[in-house]
Amino acid sequence: MSIILVQVIVGGLLLGAIYALFSSGLTLVWGMMNIVNFAHGDFVMLGMYVAFVVYTLLGAGPLLGAPLAVLVLATLGVIVYFGLIRDIMKGPMLAQILGTFGLALLLRYSVFWWFGANFLSLPENIVGGTFEIAGLRIQASRLLAGGVALLVTFGLHLLLTRTSLGSKMLAVAEDSTAAQLMGIRPDTMQAIAWAIAAGATGLAGALIATFFYIVPTVGETLGIVAFVTVSLGGFGSVPGALMAGLLIGVIESLSAYWIGAVYKDMVVYSLFLGFLWFRPQGLMGKT
Amino acid sequence: MRRFLWASVVLALFVAYPLLFSTPFEQRLGALVLLYAIAASAWNIVGGYAGQVSVGHVVYFGCGAYAAMGAYAHFGLSPLVGIPAGIVVSVAIAAVIGVPTLRLSGHYFSMATIAVAELARLIVTNTDYLGAAVGLSGPTVPRNVFDLSFISALPYYYLFLAILSLTLGITWWMANSRMGFYLRAIRDSERAARSLGAPAGRTKLYAFMLSAGLTSVAGALYAMMFGFVDPESGLGILISVKILIIAALGGAGLLFGPLVGAAILVPLEEISNNLLGGKGAGLTFVVYGAIIVLIARFQPGGIVTLIKRIWAKRGKVPETPVAAGASHAP
Repeated sequence: MSIILVQVIVGGLLLGAIYALFSSGLTLVWGMMNIVNFAHGDFVMLGMYVAFVVYTLLGAGPLLGAPLAVLVLATLGVIVYFGLIRDIMKGPMLAQILGTFGLALLLRYSVFWWFGANFLSLPENIVGGTFEIAGLRIQASRLLAGGVALLVTFGLHLLLTRTSLGSKMLAVAEDSTAAQLMGIRPDTMQAIAWAIAAGATGLAGALIATFFYIVPTVGETLGIVAFVTVSLGGFGSVPGALMAGLLIGVIESLSAYWIGAVYKDMVVYSLFLGFLWFRPQGLMGKT
Repeated sequence: MRRFLWASVVLALFVAYPLLFSTPFEQRLGALVLLYAIAASAWNIVGGYAGQVSVGHVVYFGCGAYAAMGAYAHFGLSPLVGIPAGIVVSVAIAAVIGVPTLRLSGHYFSMATIAVAELARLIVTNTDYLGAAVGLSGPTVPRNVFDLSFISALPYYYLFLAILSLTLGITWWMANSRMGFYLRAIRDSERAARSLGAPAGRTKLYAFMLSAGLTSVAGALYAMMFGFVDPESGLGILISVKILIIAALGGAGLLFGPLVGAAILVPLEEISNNLLGGKGAGLTFVVYGAIIVLIARFQPGGIVTLIKRIWAKRGKVPETPVAAGASHAP
């Protein structure tokens, strides 16, 4: 394999790790509450803008921007849960889709109105330059972002499977009435799930902002990436999201390299439709 | 009988509108209200009556628009000739997407429709035959009346009124036919409808195809009025959103819901764009977003349902209340 191909694949894996991180947020609320957050991509977008604002106001890099993005988005997650999701969850399907879709527009165009439609970006060397390992040229920002995303996604998986909080959340997902009888408050658990999901998504946004363009409509593309990832990985499965995220990162990089950068989104969307057709339950999902 | 009386009064008001409000702005506004009412009524068949929330109806809208402009740009024909072509392509696309996705639960369907819309936009943006990013233009100077290129909005107004009446007529006929009863049963509980022998998959697919064909007519009319189509105005996701919001605001699954929604939202947008200018574009969609969130949270049935409820409280006999919005079986 040529060194360029390896470089493309490594780049895809690092990007895919971030896809995995924000898709974990989507899969968590989807699996737990059976609600699809159409504003998910815009949560990523908000994380990016938090990182951008932190940089322009304080001159600080992701070291401050990322934790702040987590904080802001987690708060937003809780507000959205209590203000909107809790009520539309029991409502008709049209209300669920409309509610989160309206939220997406509200967030996207508030940012548009405030910051304008210009493409923004953080300075290229905000995390450090580019270095070489074994002949591969890797940007420090991508390496940091991919590494952190991978660790946090794994941490989320451990949180859900190895801690008592995780068990409580799964209990609510399984049967909220039974969980309530066991003394678990479904409301609290679901609010926590939204905080975690939105926080993880904000982190992914702040990480991806170090090397990605920042624009109000970026959430549209990233939101579809998240849907593709979750439907590939199966609903509610964090390991599934991880695998699917990495896979999509690599497929995107390879198709950009082989066919052309304009076509990479087309490949991902077609893949998604193909999957819906042939295997709607996902790679690792239950039927 | 009283219902027909009311319908004719409303129709008479619509016919008289451009004579009462005769400035170009008001006539154009009236035409736009009718145009979006056509698109939203078409969406209403699958989104409202069948309860399958499509967020990708812009694909069919774009098919119609591109077919109409393509007929002129490539073959020098009247844009009217493009309408049947647009309908055929739209119905075919709807069938191809509908067969796999309508089996799945509602969320999947919504996501698949978004993906198809974005895919279509990307493909068209990169296809030179369809004008790529620049788009296609219609006749700049009309050769004859069949080019449907008028300076005044008045001819468009009456054309749109005729098509809207036709669309509502088809919807009314469908809603009161066997298919309409199937659709409402499916929306309320697909499992129950299936167990009673309603062919759920086939009925939903037919509704989707009918809705796609009518939406493509709306797209063709839009392109004729504006004289051009490009990927943003013909295939942008925000057009889907606008169609969806108009129907939901008025009342999804109700015959006149989309018309009421269009009569409220389209003037709101036109006037706010006029007042705020370029800066208003973002703000308009902020308001849109807020409106949708509020409808979803407090009044998922839409304004028509709200009005019906108020009327019923005042002691009038309620017209068979239709539960709007789809409650969904898992």
